[in-house]
Amino acid sequence: MPELSEIIEVLLLQNYNTRLVVLSTTLLGIAAGLVGSFLLLRKRSLMGDALSHATLPGVAIAFAVMVSFGGTGKFLPGLLLGATLSGIAGVATMLLIRHTTRLRDDVAMGFVLSVFFGVGVASLRMVQSMPGASAAGLESFIYGKTASMVHADFLIIAIVASLASLTCLIFLKEFLLLCFDDGFAAAQGWPTLFLDILLLTLVTAVTVIGLQSVGLILVIAFLITPPTAARFWTQRLVPMLFIAAFIGGLSGWLGASLSALTPQLPAGAVIVIVAALLFLISMLFAPVRGAIPRWVRHAHLRRKVDRQHLLRAAYEILEVQAGDGPVVNEPFPSSALLKKRSWTPLQLRKILRVAKREDHLDPEGPGKLRLSESGFGEASRATRNHRLWETYLIQYADIAPSHVDRDADMVEHILGAKLVRQLETYLSDHDLALPVPPSPHPLEPSANQ
Amino acid sequence: MHSETLNTQSTFPAKRTEPRPEHPPEIPLAIHDLTVAYHRKPVLWDIELNIPEGKLVGVVGPNGAGKSTLLKACLDLVPLTSGWAHIYGKPYRKNRNRVAYVPQRESVDWDFPVNALDVVAMGAYRRLGWFRRVSKSETERAMDALEQVGIGHLAQRQISQLSGGQQQRVFLARALMQDADLYLMDEPFAAVDAATEEAIVELLRKLSDRGKTCLVVHHDLATVTTYFDWLVLINMRVVADGPAAETFTRENLQKTYGGKLNLLEKAAEALRATPL
Repeated sequence: MPELSEIIEVLLLQNYNTRLVVLSTTLLGIAAGLVGSFLLLRKRSLMGDALSHATLPGVAIAFAVMVSFGGTGKFLPGLLLGATLSGIAGVATMLLIRHTTRLRDDVAMGFVLSVFFGVGVASLRMVQSMPGASAAGLESFIYGKTASMVHADFLIIAIVASLASLTCLIFLKEFLLLCFDDGFAAAQGWPTLFLDILLLTLVTAVTVIGLQSVGLILVIAFLITPPTAARFWTQRLVPMLFIAAFIGGLSGWLGASLSALTPQLPAGAVIVIVAALLFLISMLFAPVRGAIPRWVRHAHLRRKVDRQHLLRAAYEILEVQAGDGPVVNEPFPSSALLKKRSWTPLQLRKILRVAKREDHLDPEGPGKLRLSESGFGEASRATRNHRLWETYLIQYADIAPSHVDRDADMVEHILGAKLVRQLETYLSDHDLALPVPPSPHPLEPSANQ
Repeated sequence: MHSETLNTQSTFPAKRTEPRPEHPPEIPLAIHDLTVAYHRKPVLWDIELNIPEGKLVGVVGPNGAGKSTLLKACLDLVPLTSGWAHIYGKPYRKNRNRVAYVPQRESVDWDFPVNALDVVAMGAYRRLGWFRRVSKSETERAMDALEQVGIGHLAQRQISQLSGGQQQRVFLARALMQDADLYLMDEPFAAVDAATEEAIVELLRKLSDRGKTCLVVHHDLATVTTYFDWLVLINMRVVADGPAAETFTRENLQKTYGGKLNLLEKAAEALRATPL
């Protein structure tokens, strides 16, 4: 295990050996977050995957060409140029298949992905047996490796990543329109083909500079995971872009640092795992679209509905008990509640437990229930609101009395207090008594129908 | 698209025998000898049309009759096999500013990270040109457009949280932003609530009162004559076109809908409901 001081040294870029690598994957992550956002929104993720796999033959061929011209073959700009060209060839093949045959897109992508990758693996083997050349290390383009980096290589990656990020921001409006509604964009006269090509160029650029550190298999995950995670935090594009860039940058920084500390771990895998963890956190906890906040909101609404149903049922039982006299808060048998609504005994027990916790019920003998002071007030208010709604729906929305209970139930849970007040004012202007008005329909429907 | 076009087509509508119409240069939309084919199957055949200024035009025909394709052909969105469509006497690419387009609601993914106002602002993108951000005055215009379709209060709502009718209104507001003279709308009435339908009709009337021309793909035969004052009945070919009252006849509908029995019954029902 590395020492704590060592970890801090790497994370804070103080270690000379890893500084450039960590910095380059961070910049790469920012660019991947931005470019990936548009790739995701354009629904072209699979195309990015095919593209990255198509870069491998280019790496092998570039190596072979450089060796045959007397070089070592390990010149990074040369290798990346080869990767770019064969990536473009892959996309071109894909487009050719799409436009000349009637094969579906996913078939074309699957074809390009597997064939180009296969050719790449085969040619890597072949160049490794070339005389006078050591191709060892070229495999790191498949899984990624945080080998130490020379300054010139770092500059290439930093410049390309910055340019790709900048282009995304400059073409923000145009890309937004392209991704949301390409038909409308074309009708307005925007060159959608050019914009699509530009977007794919950016994807190619990020893929190629990510080859060395992340590797071609996992670079697509680096493009797709940060924006997918970012989507959980926001409903607008610009915040999504910045959050995606942040998540991408953070994964690149942490992932490369971790991998530098434990050299047996391939960098690409660690970076992608970090990104996946950030994705998981976003999916679970992001307040806007995360699973847990959503579940909490739902549970909250359910509890509110249950509470209102319980209190209203109790109030209506008390009404029947009171007969013609005023409704007073007195004990009533809990079995009466089961008759009022379609609760199972188990559900009712749970609802009653919550009501006791909320101080809406006072302790009473077995089989008996009694509302507390506040519970009784709350119950009469809930009943009144419900009946106001019923009256309103019957009189103004022309809903049959036999259906009004359910509809009123739905609106009162959905609408806010402000609207209820408006309605009360409106109804009081029309001579409808305000305390708890009598139910506009029979309370025991079974007895009357 | 429209792969069922030919298969469902047992009888080919007969070619019209009248002489070809002249195309006055200044009308909103003139279509001459237009043919569109997808994968060598014709979708539109030999279309001749003149759409007069200021009319509310309903484009009516069975499924796969090429109604949407007709709009797309006018907007250069599909390659033409032959013929041309002119907007106010010029090809579309020279007169884009005068046309607004409302695509079908299903044509986009509504779970997209934008709110209603963002979508409406897209109607101004062409005016803004490359790289310019949406200005404050354009945002105000977008707000205005949303008010005009009656959903100003939903401006900040993410678009997946709008109802179908509200989404349709957002699209209409975006078209209003384009400030055009000719509006091409692809099924704006499809699956919307009654309130939205009313709002759209009101908007169409307002546009027409201001001298704008609207070409609307429509499905509901029962409302055709109340909503529109000009009709184009198509089924690959133009079966009939002209003032709504004269064009909406039993004979023309029979020609348009061919052997489609249930549709024909609907048409008959609609005819009974509308006194001719």
